Amino acid sequence: MATGTIQNQDKFLDKIANQLGRKRQTKEVELPAWKKAPQYDVFKGLSMDELLAQFVIQCEKIHANVVVTKMNELEEIFHEVIQKLGGESIVYWNDSRFETYGLTAALTQEKEEGISVHEWKSDLGKKNIEIAERANIGITFSDITLAESGTVVLLSDSGKARSVSLLPQKHLAIIPKSTIVPRMTQASEKIHEISKNEGRTPSCINFISGPSNSADIELRLVVGVHGPVEVTYIVIDDM
Amino acid sequence: MGVKISNEKFFDRVDKGIKDTFMRKAVSEAQSRLEGRKIEVTEELGNWEDWRDLSEEIRQHTLENLDYYLEQFARNVAKQGGHVFFAGNAEEANDYITSVVKKKNAKNIVKSKSMVTEEIGMNEALEEIGCNVVESDLGEWILQLDDHDPPSHIVVPALHKNKEQIRETFNKKRQYDKTSDPDELAKFARQELRKDFLAAEVGITGCNFAVAESGSVSLVTNEGNARLATTLPETQITVMGMERIVPTWKELDILVTMLCRSAVGQKLTSYITGLTATKEQGDVDGPEEFHVVIVDNGRSKILGTKFQSALQCIRCAACINVCPVYRHVGGHSYGSIYPGPIGAVLTPLLEGYEDYKELPFASSLCAACTDACPVKIPLHEQLVEHRRIIVEQEGKSSFGEKLAMKGYAFGASTPSLYQMGIKGAPTFINTIAGKDGDGKGAGPIKLWTDIRNLPKSTGQSFRKWYNNREKGGND
Repeated sequence: MATGTIQNQDKFLDKIANQLGRKRQTKEVELPAWKKAPQYDVFKGLSMDELLAQFVIQCEKIHANVVVTKMNELEEIFHEVIQKLGGESIVYWNDSRFETYGLTAALTQEKEEGISVHEWKSDLGKKNIEIAERANIGITFSDITLAESGTVVLLSDSGKARSVSLLPQKHLAIIPKSTIVPRMTQASEKIHEISKNEGRTPSCINFISGPSNSADIELRLVVGVHGPVEVTYIVIDDM
Repeated sequence: MGVKISNEKFFDRVDKGIKDTFMRKAVSEAQSRLEGRKIEVTEELGNWEDWRDLSEEIRQHTLENLDYYLEQFARNVAKQGGHVFFAGNAEEANDYITSVVKKKNAKNIVKSKSMVTEEIGMNEALEEIGCNVVESDLGEWILQLDDHDPPSHIVVPALHKNKEQIRETFNKKRQYDKTSDPDELAKFARQELRKDFLAAEVGITGCNFAVAESGSVSLVTNEGNARLATTLPETQITVMGMERIVPTWKELDILVTMLCRSAVGQKLTSYITGLTATKEQGDVDGPEEFHVVIVDNGRSKILGTKFQSALQCIRCAACINVCPVYRHVGGHSYGSIYPGPIGAVLTPLLEGYEDYKELPFASSLCAACTDACPVKIPLHEQLVEHRRIIVEQEGKSSFGEKLAMKGYAFGASTPSLYQMGIKGAPTFINTIAGKDGDGKGAGPIKLWTDIRNLPKSTGQSFRKWYNNREKGGND
């Protein structure tokens, strides 16, 4: 990839250093050991089941529907959820986990029942966006799940497109229970490691907590503005 | 728009604010609700003061090493194919942004909410070169449609408008024919703006926090408009104030936590989006071209002064939501896009005292702002510091200004006048509180009692009551 440009930097940064009463900071600045670390106290020592319980409680507060299921019931539950969301049309990620959890077969089944089903395909280009824009349901998989805030964290790549969790009317996120962590702290640490070890971070990382909303009119909560108007999570007990 | 939102004099603006009964009611309800929600989510943590200490430490460290972190950030953006422009002032920023837009031959621009783009007057600069700039945040869109009415709150920009006014604006400008139900109004905005998102060639966003270690920018939103603006257009331009940066993702966690809880009482907003440069190979959506414009525009001259900590601000508006003066005069009275306590501190620093010398006095120094601030900016102390500087400057200024300044101190500085005032108070209050004790006063107090009830006086001063109580009195 071509390197980007940086313009006007020295004059700008020299002025900052000058105001701070010193020369430009050229040596690596080491992060101090912060005096307090309250973020690690949240849900400290909770078991996976307890974290899941906290996650479910929070989902109710943020207007996200949540269904918890075992592996052997997943297909049936999946079908029920699709029905409940009104079926019609589905766009989903090109992600190997759909196969791993038996959902590719489930989606083929939906197709046979007359629902339009589209897997995001890089080589189709912008056509994918058109399909996603018209779709009723977009399906993704959570990479990291936050108990405290009812959040799914989605790391983008060519198959895991940004549009799938954004453009359709409804968003369905599949959550392997093993991805649940206490809060944003643990997710940030993972991203910090990715950035350090791989030299680059995914171009888009989304922390999604329920449906889009706004309180811009008289501070009254409106659920469903520009992003999906409804969000459903299926948590699979994979442990 | 620029920082300045009015050419009227300060007291005329305040007068207008005080007479706007709807606005005052809306503001006081909003303050109570936002503050209530904040208290709920901060108490739940159980150790909020530790969170504040940590946040303050992170912000202080980052500002002390700002040149280092900005350089690291720029290097990481460029490494991944993004372009970085350091803009010393508004003009440089706008010149760069318009040049990018011209090069792309773009006409349709969609924007997500950003205070710094308001500050530099970016929309006007883009409109001048013939672009159609659409604000996509619901509150900002309402204001834009209503002939660019200025924002009155940094988080809830259209707070001063009621749903009937919004329905009328939609009807007048977009032939909207449904009710004033917020759900219906928002649904209409979704339909209208979706077309703009799909047509836009350039998406412009602000930046809540940049992350130095990875060259990422983060956006904290609820509506999803910032996601659309960075998913569909081929070019993304992000504009950030130079102080909006954290060293690593670990510090991002802390400050995002503080922002969401302090601003809207949410654990996390619906969307926290971390964007790093351009889309990757094989990606269909996301921008092909990514630019970040880092703006100084008066910020650097605050560094190394007594006001440096004002740059710790994360724009959560917690100080605004507890301010008794904001509660009564509303956002427009400040005459700046940055209202409330942080606005009264920041505006004179960015724009000079000339037009804003009344702002530091628009405070009761009750320190509620300082207590509310998640990054521990000593706001009320900075207001006092501003006053000191203004009074010192006044020593060198014109006679008229001196006289005006003395007026502030007049009532309180003369003991006899003060005593006379408090002795007369009970009689005065009972006269205006309404003869039936209904708390609905007349005359000059009517504006106040339209909104709340004025209690009857018990007939004694606080000092008298207190002394009496010390002696064992019950009342």
